[in-house]
Amino acid sequence: MKALDKLLGGQQNLIGIMLLAVLILVVFPLTLDAFRLNMVGKYLTYAFVAVGLVLCWGYGGILSLGQGVFFGVGGYCMAMFLKLEASDPQSTKIQSTPGIPDFMDWNQITELPWLWQPFHSFTFTVFAVIAVPVLLAFIIGIALFKRRVGDVYFSIVTQAIALILTVLIVGQQGLTGGVNGITDLKTLLGWDLRTDSAKMILYFISAGLLFGCIFIGRFILASKLGRLLMAMRDKEERVRFSGYDVASFKIFVFCVAAAFSAIGGAMFALQVGFMSPSFVGIVPSIEMVIFAAVGGRMSLLGAVYGALLVNYGKTYFSESFPELWLYLMGGLFIAVVMYFPNGLAGLWDSHGRQALAKLLRRKPAPKAEIAPVTPKAETKILETQP
Amino acid sequence: MTAVGFEMKKPVLAIEGLTVSFDGFKAVDNLNLYIDRNEVRVVIGPNGAGKTTVLDLICGKTRATSGSIQFDGQELTKMREYNIVRAGVGRKFQNPSIYENLTVFENLEMSYPAGRKVWGALFFKRSAQVIARVEEVAREIFLGDLLQQQADLLSHGQKQWLEIGMLLMQDPELLMLDEPVAGMSVNERAQTAELLNRISQGRSVLVIEHDMEFVKSIAHKVTVLHQGKVLAEGSMESVQSNPKVIEVYLGH
Repeated sequence: MKALDKLLGGQQNLIGIMLLAVLILVVFPLTLDAFRLNMVGKYLTYAFVAVGLVLCWGYGGILSLGQGVFFGVGGYCMAMFLKLEASDPQSTKIQSTPGIPDFMDWNQITELPWLWQPFHSFTFTVFAVIAVPVLLAFIIGIALFKRRVGDVYFSIVTQAIALILTVLIVGQQGLTGGVNGITDLKTLLGWDLRTDSAKMILYFISAGLLFGCIFIGRFILASKLGRLLMAMRDKEERVRFSGYDVASFKIFVFCVAAAFSAIGGAMFALQVGFMSPSFVGIVPSIEMVIFAAVGGRMSLLGAVYGALLVNYGKTYFSESFPELWLYLMGGLFIAVVMYFPNGLAGLWDSHGRQALAKLLRRKPAPKAEIAPVTPKAETKILETQP
Repeated sequence: MTAVGFEMKKPVLAIEGLTVSFDGFKAVDNLNLYIDRNEVRVVIGPNGAGKTTVLDLICGKTRATSGSIQFDGQELTKMREYNIVRAGVGRKFQNPSIYENLTVFENLEMSYPAGRKVWGALFFKRSAQVIARVEEVAREIFLGDLLQQQADLLSHGQKQWLEIGMLLMQDPELLMLDEPVAGMSVNERAQTAELLNRISQGRSVLVIEHDMEFVKSIAHKVTVLHQGKVLAEGSMESVQSNPKVIEVYLGH
């Protein structure tokens, strides 16, 4: 019975991934027009952040309210490369200094700043997209976790960092494009990003990378490290006094979440064609937490659905009732926290599975195996039994 | 034999002049305490005597204001908590501190001394050796049949044993237990006493306990703490008949 249940859980897990893959790779591309598909592609870039938050918040208990920082830094790295490519001397010959980004010219800058120099290289850019945010997360992690800054204090510090970075970007107009951000991104290594076919290809690349991140997340959660994260979340002292350097595990998962966010940010810059401080600050960072919360902070797949649904809702409602959207989003978050702490994935686990089992006239698993809420259900699915 | 005899003389844990003060209040005051190899030592004392604080100081949870704690020639007062554990000191907390979302097997496995660093944990393999060790320890703590049980479904006593088992996984040279039989039934207490007598073979055990019957059944030597200082030390009988101890326990 036990083995059967495990198998069932395993199968359902696989089915879950397959369903999401069919939805993203087949259903959306076939049913949506280029404009809407590009929009879904944009939502998917947020899903990277949400998947990272499942690891770091859901399992690790580290609530970062500053994931926009990593999304932003990743996005800016990519945008800087694209901007340099768009600013060749030929197309910027009307500027007083041709060959530098337009906003620099407007800010009376006559030479490309040193910070921008390495972003002429695509290889460096791809490296920097991941390395810079991870390094940043590593430094924040060392500074905070080694000193045992945790819980709400950590959240507040991450929020402050998001604010600081926004202020910095806006203030350093000549270097960053200020509040407008880096706009008019055109080509990637000569490939025109603005065409429908390019957007379609980028959508699939995004989706592929997202599944890559989900698989990495799965691998981490299925390892001993995944169990350690949960153990730390619930009994930090016990883990520490079992011979583990708790801080190093927190730093690791925080860096992984940062890397995922950064990939999302870079894909965002590629698909949307610009990057601005409005994706870095406190509000977008909190929105990203809401994506994960609504989808289910204990479920990697749930986080993707959360990002898709909340963003779809956002687009739909802000087109129809722009002034209502913020209240709705706030209400949604409160409802999730108070009534569905495990989000959509939790609802699915507690109700959907049974309903589906009945529907398929399959003998449902014994009640005791279904009763536990998501965290337990998830561990059951993920653990490798001896 | 002579080598063993020599080892017996050298204490495994030597606490000297240990003091910790919280805002001027000395919870532990110039304490000297020596634990021998293979010894089961019980520390008793009224509430607020500093018993738990002593364990906190040894395992690094609280930092000493002054004094030294020598364990196998290593100075613990300067070491990080996880290094103290890796040096061979295991500590059980007063309330059973286990991972309730995990199974008994996973709880024990978590304390297996491998894969303790980030990359090690990420690529940790549940080898036959690990499984054998977990099963062995589970049998020892009477949970051999409950390996796949979710830990939060265990009884209070079983949770206490599980935490002891988690320490045994580390095979510590010094095992420190803070009120291991609190909340246990009479039967469970007897079983725990038997367990402690069994696992103290080849290691030293430092126990804090209030239950005198239990203390009698396990202690080689008893130390009475009072106001952060050693009030009396010796066999259970000698301590129980000590007028100073009687006064402290029965009030002034």
